[in-house]
Amino acid sequence: MIPGKEGARFFGHGLPYADVRDLKGTLITLEGTDGVGRTTQVALLKEWLEVQGYGVIETGWTRSELMSETIGAAKAGHNLNQLTFSLLYATDFADRLEKIILPALRSGFVVLADRYVFTAFARSVVRGADPVWIRSVFGFALVPDLTLYLKTDADTLVRRVLGSRGIDYWESGMDMHLGTDLFESFRKYQWRLIRQYNRMAREFGFVTVDATLGVDEIQARIRRRVQALLDDRRMQVLSTSLDTIRPLLFEAEEDEAAAPVSAPRSADEAPARVASGPSQD
Amino acid sequence: MANGRPALRRGRLIVVEGIDGSGKSTQIKLLHKWLQARGHQVVFTEWNSSDLVRQATKRGKKKNLLTPTTFSLLHATDFADRLTYRIIPYLKSGITVLADRYIYTAFARDSARGVDPRWARDLYSFAVKPDAAFYFRVPIDVAVDRILGSRAKIKFYEAGMDLGLSPDPVESFRMFQGRVIEEYDRITEEFGFRVIDGTRSIDSQQQQVRSIVARLYNETGLAEAS
Repeated sequence: MIPGKEGARFFGHGLPYADVRDLKGTLITLEGTDGVGRTTQVALLKEWLEVQGYGVIETGWTRSELMSETIGAAKAGHNLNQLTFSLLYATDFADRLEKIILPALRSGFVVLADRYVFTAFARSVVRGADPVWIRSVFGFALVPDLTLYLKTDADTLVRRVLGSRGIDYWESGMDMHLGTDLFESFRKYQWRLIRQYNRMAREFGFVTVDATLGVDEIQARIRRRVQALLDDRRMQVLSTSLDTIRPLLFEAEEDEAAAPVSAPRSADEAPARVASGPSQD
Repeated sequence: MANGRPALRRGRLIVVEGIDGSGKSTQIKLLHKWLQARGHQVVFTEWNSSDLVRQATKRGKKKNLLTPTTFSLLHATDFADRLTYRIIPYLKSGITVLADRYIYTAFARDSARGVDPRWARDLYSFAVKPDAAFYFRVPIDVAVDRILGSRAKIKFYEAGMDLGLSPDPVESFRMFQGRVIEEYDRITEEFGFRVIDGTRSIDSQQQQVRSIVARLYNETGLAEAS
């Protein structure tokens, strides 16, 4: 996603009718299972970015104008199956992508997405959806610049969720009939979700953050990653605008590339850039 | 959806396709009557009719919130819900299912709206293949005349007004539905549509439909009038 160079990257066939050529902003997503502390971290990150002067837009799972009520009602009615479950999420996501995320990126905002398509992949696949199918359904989704994965294990998660707000029907995968015991169902269901996330961490190059650490430590690690990404993107924008006068700056540019400040930073950032594709390197 | 082979002979799935004003709904109603009169158990299901996304679709249309992708996904969700509850169980128990519009409506309309046709195909890859898909083909002028003659107003999304083709609803309808016809024509061979000339008389179209349907039941000598 280098602005003005190759345009946006998608998981599949993209949005042929939409203008995605000049997305100046940065898309950062936080992933992880239920109750892992994502929302807290998003709020802290947003605050920090705004203090630095970045414009930030936050978007959350199932919060679209079009679908939030419908999804709420469908979940309350417990009448969803694997297909409709996946497709309702996809509709919600598409609405937010086109009405919130893309316009914000065009205007140069940092977009923080609390959950992204990976949540849909994990939840659909544990419910028996074909992984190839669900990935193609979300083929219109933009590949994020950075995906931060808050990683935990099922047992730590159970204690954490019980200690805070308690267990709910869908977070326990009760629709999957894993057992009548809510606690056992929650553990099994979350274990399966976490296994999917761990697989995707490799497939999609997530930056993994240990979610069993304290809130402040997690946030510090997230900020380091985000700072590196934003610095890197600033350099990209700069180098793109320098392209036009590149012949005149040929020597100066070589010096810049070899400068000690930028070299270790981009090495440190390698996992984050996997999600943005090797073509940037 | 759990166990593989149904105990009974699988029911037939018969679908009708065509643009608004092509006369397909009239034809499927007549087919329904005829099949029932012949003693077949038949259920009918219509595009965009499940309760699951009714509210969202209504709101989206009323407030013009829909993009080509959300328009497409809402209809896919509706279809998935009906497939699960209104189509598959009936087919498994040997009952005939008649569908007014099927996945080809999505293929034609979504392509006309500019979504990637390959994406739409993948999206609906969970669908059951119909035993017969009738495509009622009419020139755009015939469809426009029929609709203007029967309705006070052309609807926003039916006219493709969301695409900004023309500020005039009738002109926009003509342009958008013209594209939909092109898409239907493009996929006719790929999906083996039985093309019916929608400009012919209602009863002669129906005779043609019935003689094709009769063959699906391995019955003979049913096309009495033709």
